[in-house]
Amino acid sequence: MSETNTSAPQDDASEPTTTQKVGAFDIRNFIGALIGLYGIILLILGLVAFNDMESARTGGINANLWAGIGMIVVAVIFLLWARLEPLKVEVPLDIAEDPEPGE
Amino acid sequence: MSLMETAIRLDAQWVDYLLIALYFLFVLGVGFFAKRGVSSSIEFFLSGRSLPAWVTGLAFISANLGAVEIMGMSATGAQYGFPTMHYFWVGAIPAMLFLGVVMMPFYYGSKVRSVPEFMRKRFGTGAHLVNALSFAAAQVLIAGVNLFLLGTIVNRLLGWPLWVALIVAAAIVLSYITLGGLSAAIYNEVLQFFVIVAALLPLTLIGLHRVGGWAGLKERIAGDGMLGAEQLHTWPGEQLSGFDNPVLSVIGIVFGLGFVLSFGYWTTNFVEVQRAMASKNMTSARMTPIIGAFPKMFIPFIVIVPGMICAVLVNEMVDFKELYYTDPDAAAATGISFNDAILLLMRDVLPNGLLGLAIAGLLAAFMAGMAANVSAFNTVFSYDIWQQYVVKDKPDDYYLKVGRLATIVACVIAIFTALIAGNFSNLMDYLQTLFGFFNAPLFATFILGMFWKRATPTAAWLGLVTGTGSAIVVFILSQTGVIDLPGQGAAFLAASAAFVVDIVVMVIVSLRTTPRPVEELRGLVYSETPKSDIVDPDAKSAPIFRRPVPMALFCLVLVIGLNIVFA
Repeated sequence: MSETNTSAPQDDASEPTTTQKVGAFDIRNFIGALIGLYGIILLILGLVAFNDMESARTGGINANLWAGIGMIVVAVIFLLWARLEPLKVEVPLDIAEDPEPGE
Repeated sequence: MSLMETAIRLDAQWVDYLLIALYFLFVLGVGFFAKRGVSSSIEFFLSGRSLPAWVTGLAFISANLGAVEIMGMSATGAQYGFPTMHYFWVGAIPAMLFLGVVMMPFYYGSKVRSVPEFMRKRFGTGAHLVNALSFAAAQVLIAGVNLFLLGTIVNRLLGWPLWVALIVAAAIVLSYITLGGLSAAIYNEVLQFFVIVAALLPLTLIGLHRVGGWAGLKERIAGDGMLGAEQLHTWPGEQLSGFDNPVLSVIGIVFGLGFVLSFGYWTTNFVEVQRAMASKNMTSARMTPIIGAFPKMFIPFIVIVPGMICAVLVNEMVDFKELYYTDPDAAAATGISFNDAILLLMRDVLPNGLLGLAIAGLLAAFMAGMAANVSAFNTVFSYDIWQQYVVKDKPDDYYLKVGRLATIVACVIAIFTALIAGNFSNLMDYLQTLFGFFNAPLFATFILGMFWKRATPTAAWLGLVTGTGSAIVVFILSQTGVIDLPGQGAAFLAASAAFVVDIVVMVIVSLRTTPRPVEELRGLVYSETPKSDIVDPDAKSAPIFRRPVPMALFCLVLVIGLNIVFA
């Protein structure tokens, strides 16, 4: 699941290391997806199911609609963050590659 | 808990169930995906020490944001108002900052895998055994209490029988922890944090709107005819501390709650420290509680404020509170209690949709609490009890298996503890209070151990035993009426006695016994540890927002500011 990018070991580190992009699992994607789905469902609910009874509960605010919009915004931020700054794990080179004997 | 007797049915509809189901799908999904890469015990127990600081920081507070926190703090908010903020601003933040700045370098730098293991390295097996056993027992018990509250909520809200709810909830926690280990627990805690905020923030905002905004809330509370405007000032908090005298009240809150109780809890509790130990380097480990402190500071606004809103908005709660101060018997007969504050507010102000999200948020909080207890338990059981005293020197995957088995056993025991908690709620309260007494002497022992190279192993376990013993004596005296302190006074006094006795005993015994040779104390005692061992080489060049000490100072200034604004 992790692609290895062995071509760019860090120059200044004391041990040779390499950066691995952690492909599939990034909790930010999970947070973005769950909050985003919640946002979409609440938004739709706010658009189609807002009635007097709900209005009485919330004091006249279409709460589902606004909470839905807020959550979609938060979700987009998380997904963008995960996209723009992907997870990288620094691992010692000898774990990333097979160790060369006689180095 | 009186949650048992009340029947608050929330009018959940299919869309609410959909949102709840979606949440559980994600929880299991996180467990499933986090499991990839769990191949050694260090990965299972400490996430391979690889997580970024914002993840561990949020998990750090989420692990504590369980049932007791949300139901209990909103209840206390409904009853006393702003003074409840002390549990966060005095009773948590300073200790969290202290953990990050002062103590974490030793925990993380000594490469121990648990807090009891640090105890063993510093003081040998006597103190270690006391610490490991009391911690493991307390975790299983508290996991049971969390599970019981979770089962009760499911039972009340969704109508499932209690035992079905208990087993389903335990099975979910069990499956994601055995699959993904600590990573799964931590990742889920982060996810839970956001779901809890997404649930409680709209509740607070809509509630505020209903009472006429912040100004409307203050006006209604000031005029409630009971505690009135006293509820709008955090200090001196006499109702909360139980001391009549304002000076004594402030001293009680600052020393009892702020110093002894909270430092004991936050700095030695492995449930919390384990989250920081999973960080990728020393700076992240130290930043974990400091990053956590920032959201922690603002959590009271979405936990305590809803409780306060409920106490002036929801008729049942308004009536209950009035009866509580005028006619306690009639108040008990209403069948509700302050603990129901957040549920009543949810029922009255949330439309379907947001209601489902709020239920999911509550369930998330209860599971976070239990998962945190279980994942800390299996580490201490495998490394500190099984590997240390029962079966030594086995290959790593053996202890991984032990850890998975311990998780299963812990969940099963938790189900039974939960059933006991349902029948003997007072007994469980006492036991929980009792385990709380272990924390204050632990903190005293750790702090002497880290900063005084003369402290000896014999002194450590004697200090722990006598310290805990004196807390129990004070507690029994107050229960039997020999010492009469209302409110939280007895708990503050018990913890302070434990702390002082531990320090005194340790100093006296240390001076009469032989200390360990100083060469063995590198990484364990401040004076014997070179600075380079406890600070990352690139720490100085990091930007200021990634450096523990400046950020801790900034956080401290903010929290002092909050105390002044709401004084």
